[in-house]
Amino acid sequence: MFYSPITQAQREHLLKEIGVPDIDALFADMRAVGKASPLDLPEPLSELELKQFAVRLAGQNKHTGAYISFMGGGSYDHFIPSVVGHVISRSEFYTSYTPYQPEMSQGTLRSIFEFQTMICELTGLGVSNASVYDGASALAEACVMTINDATKRTKVLLPSTLPPSYREVLDTYLLPKSVTIQTAGSQDAVCVSEEEFISQFSVDFAAVVLSYPDFFGNMISYDRVISAAKENGIAVIMLCDPIALALFKSPGELGADIAVGEGQPLGIPTAFGGPYLGFMAASEKYLRLLPGRIVGQTYDKNGTLGYVLTFQTREQHIKREKSLSNICTNQGLLALAATVYMAYMGPHGLRRVAELCYKKTNYLKTRLASLPGVTVLNTGVTFREFVISLPCDAAKVGKALKAQQIFAGIDMGRFDKSRKNQLLIAVTEKRSTAELDQLAEAIKGCL
Amino acid sequence: MKTVIFDYSEQGKSAYRLPADPHTDILISDIEEAGLLRAEKPRLAEVSEVELIRHYTKLSTLNYGVDSGYYPLGSCTMKYNPKINQDVAALEGFSAVHPLQDEEDIQGILQLLYELEQYLCGVFGFAAFGLQPAAGAQGEYAGLLIMKAYHADQGNAHKNIILIPDSAHGTNPASVIAVGWKIRTVASTADGRVDLADLKSKLSDDVAGIMLTNPNTLGLFENEIAQIAEAVHGVGGLLYWDGANANAVMGYFKPAEAGFDIAHLNLHKTFSTPHGGGGPGAGPVGVVSKLVQYLPAPRVEVQEGVYKLMTNYPKSVGRLHSFYGNAGILVRAYTYIRSLGAPGLKEATENSVLLANYMKSKLADHYQIVSQGVCKHEFVISLKQEKKQYGIRALDVAKRLMDYGFYPPTIYFPLIVSEALMIETPETEPVEAIDAFVEAMIQIKHDMIHEPQLLLNAPHVTPVSRFDEVKAVREPRLSYFR
Amino acid sequence: MVSSNYRFTEKHEWVKLEKDVATVGISAYAVDELGEIVFVDLPEIGAEYEQMAEFGSVESVKTVSSLYLPISGVILEINKELLTTPDLINNSAYEEGWLVKVKISDEKEVEDLMTYDEYQLHLESL
Repeated sequence: MFYSPITQAQREHLLKEIGVPDIDALFADMRAVGKASPLDLPEPLSELELKQFAVRLAGQNKHTGAYISFMGGGSYDHFIPSVVGHVISRSEFYTSYTPYQPEMSQGTLRSIFEFQTMICELTGLGVSNASVYDGASALAEACVMTINDATKRTKVLLPSTLPPSYREVLDTYLLPKSVTIQTAGSQDAVCVSEEEFISQFSVDFAAVVLSYPDFFGNMISYDRVISAAKENGIAVIMLCDPIALALFKSPGELGADIAVGEGQPLGIPTAFGGPYLGFMAASEKYLRLLPGRIVGQTYDKNGTLGYVLTFQTREQHIKREKSLSNICTNQGLLALAATVYMAYMGPHGLRRVAELCYKKTNYLKTRLASLPGVTVLNTGVTFREFVISLPCDAAKVGKALKAQQIFAGIDMGRFDKSRKNQLLIAVTEKRSTAELDQLAEAIKGCL
Repeated sequence: MKTVIFDYSEQGKSAYRLPADPHTDILISDIEEAGLLRAEKPRLAEVSEVELIRHYTKLSTLNYGVDSGYYPLGSCTMKYNPKINQDVAALEGFSAVHPLQDEEDIQGILQLLYELEQYLCGVFGFAAFGLQPAAGAQGEYAGLLIMKAYHADQGNAHKNIILIPDSAHGTNPASVIAVGWKIRTVASTADGRVDLADLKSKLSDDVAGIMLTNPNTLGLFENEIAQIAEAVHGVGGLLYWDGANANAVMGYFKPAEAGFDIAHLNLHKTFSTPHGGGGPGAGPVGVVSKLVQYLPAPRVEVQEGVYKLMTNYPKSVGRLHSFYGNAGILVRAYTYIRSLGAPGLKEATENSVLLANYMKSKLADHYQIVSQGVCKHEFVISLKQEKKQYGIRALDVAKRLMDYGFYPPTIYFPLIVSEALMIETPETEPVEAIDAFVEAMIQIKHDMIHEPQLLLNAPHVTPVSRFDEVKAVREPRLSYFR
Repeated sequence: MVSSNYRFTEKHEWVKLEKDVATVGISAYAVDELGEIVFVDLPEIGAEYEQMAEFGSVESVKTVSSLYLPISGVILEINKELLTTPDLINNSAYEEGWLVKVKISDEKEVEDLMTYDEYQLHLESL
């Protein structure tokens, strides 16, 4: 008896009720196909042994609980308030299914409605879905939304400064759909200028993607690019950091059509890259093209206010081969985590987090720029992340700093050998001034 | 009525406690100068911590989870989510690891992922699994891309048709279209299995493969799988196993040994990771040896006892996720497999099938069971007759079950059965819960004849009743402030 | 009321002929099966379709039904009212709830379609 609470006596009773002699009789059809080889697995462990084993295994991973982390690149070490873990640990939330039966799922439905509202507020756009897998798939789904046979526009324009993994995911999603991907900016760029987008615009483009900020932390003059895109009938998709949205003009205000992003900074642990949370918002005219679930408000037959999954005819379980996306799930529990995080922070708290990130980043930028041989490669407004060039390999610095319990940042050489002296550094509100100084001193010590 | 957090919002209230700003000398004026400063703050709620906690605690009580009671949702495998899985995933050595740390510093998680892949191979017979897909639908997408890459390599780029039985999940056809292919539907026989003759008549040189759920969505094992495999392989097609119903086969059937070439699993079904109110899940994609080179990258390999994240697979279909997929879910599935081992997984399959056949035999005198003969982990009832005779639909029975404290079964699926109720019996349900469900179903049958209003007006005990879903679409309100 | 110049398809569309222009809609039976209609997807004016080609769809809350053109032709006009008030179809399936007007290319195709009485028999056989 493992997690199945059925006794041997009950098993025999059940077999008798069914009218078969033994368990094997229930699998005669499978046996007839051929006897399956035995399951090839290690012996079961007791809960005690398993826990001890798991603690040992986890112990072989270094983690940000013990290291001062400056690692970003799409996954950030932000503060997670205690309320988040406590709410999402309520098993009525985490052991429930997709809220198809609204009468027994108002908890999930209300929280998704809150999530959608908060994402609309952050992005300044009219409609949001209930989330998708992660930032990369959100961006891919957004591109798909803009491709429409009727317009004959089959190209999307991406900046060269997208996170490298996002670009790979876009290839996987868009190339089979015969979308042509074109890049603005050179491969060795640290920031793609407004001109580099605008000069490429033509009526062949369905969409342009603008990062907010880009992989290296740069914010640009979006309004110029956006008005040029509009003139050419190109849809504007913004890939946004959710914390940055509290500090900078919203995509809606800037005139974007769709805003997507990675919700991990909103109360979700780095957890070796997942599960995370892709958020998607768009102006109202895209409502029927949005993939995934959407929750709407309505009334029950007694006139009581409540929430249901709505516009379901967009989705695969109804539209089958005619749906625009095959997605069936959202990241329900992570959307709840983000919702609780945003409710905890409120408008003022989230703004404070964003300002702390911004100021600490700028403090460190100035501090590092003064080191001999170190150059900060960003020139404009940066948010939470920036890249420096070192007079030596970034990997060497990373290794030396690890010995001082510091994750120095991301060695850009892992993506591109020609960038091996570049270090990408992220600074969240968690990093104290003392830690920023410690990093600067430690880097100085390596030079 | 206060239903959402914004209803409790009040200026001046807050829950956050953040450190003071140590850099008051650094100004945000350069953002303003760049014309990028946000003037109006987003209207996130302003609430105190205690009100926040009470609100979400209240919301949790409006939900129903596996921990609340029996969840008979067919094809969803709502089994118990062991608590140790949660605790292991929460260990800092897993939850606080950054995805771009150096390999030497993440040997524990890489070992776990490597071993999980081996275990899944050990259960289903495939040569390798890609763990990156974040959900079953993404697993399907990856599997079809693999099929596409394989055919292209074989000089068969013209193959672009996927056969799909009419009993299939809607995701299958949606995934086929997503990779740029077309579908051809295969009919079912009267007993609900694939019609082999119809399948053969649909074969042609441009058939790339078939997607098959086995056991199928009626809970019936496709016992002509050998003939199906021979026929599809005969035209150079591949067999795709939709692992939605994998809970029914462990220890008894290995899809790779029966001719399937590609598969996806749903770890949130078969391997006990929580459904989370609709996600996150994980949908690993498995392949036979000739297809390993096409799996999504990066993958974990071991070289001289050192685990490595490898990206150098020139034939790989590419990347599907920002990082490596839903690692936290993979940790839970790993923990589950280590708890159960071979005897536990086999027992899970046996007991789920045992409970399904038991319930089916108990309901056979009261309802029309569509799944004839021995079923696997689930079965389907049709209320076609009841609809005609008493004007009662599957929806009414589903809603009435709520009054008995059960979450309703899957309804109106599979599409080939009219007024379908699809009932699954995960092995973690006590016999007592199954008996209580049977009793409720029998009472409901009685009521539909004698007191149909009880069903038509159901549910009666839930905090809200049936919704006006037409209004939700005609007058959409999708966010609080709009 | 359904007059004698209405013809029906097995897929529950109707067509009303006036010279070489056909008005197309869906039958009261189809409307009843669908329930409250919440969205209609109609083709571009000028689009050309073969007989029984798919030209659009209607949606209720939980289903999407494809629309098939009973007779070959070019779309002359769409019922724009439906874009904002799709429930016109529920209220008046045979009159105000019409979907498109088509310039027909082959009058003889009408012979493939059912009369109202034939359609009623067809419904009984379902």
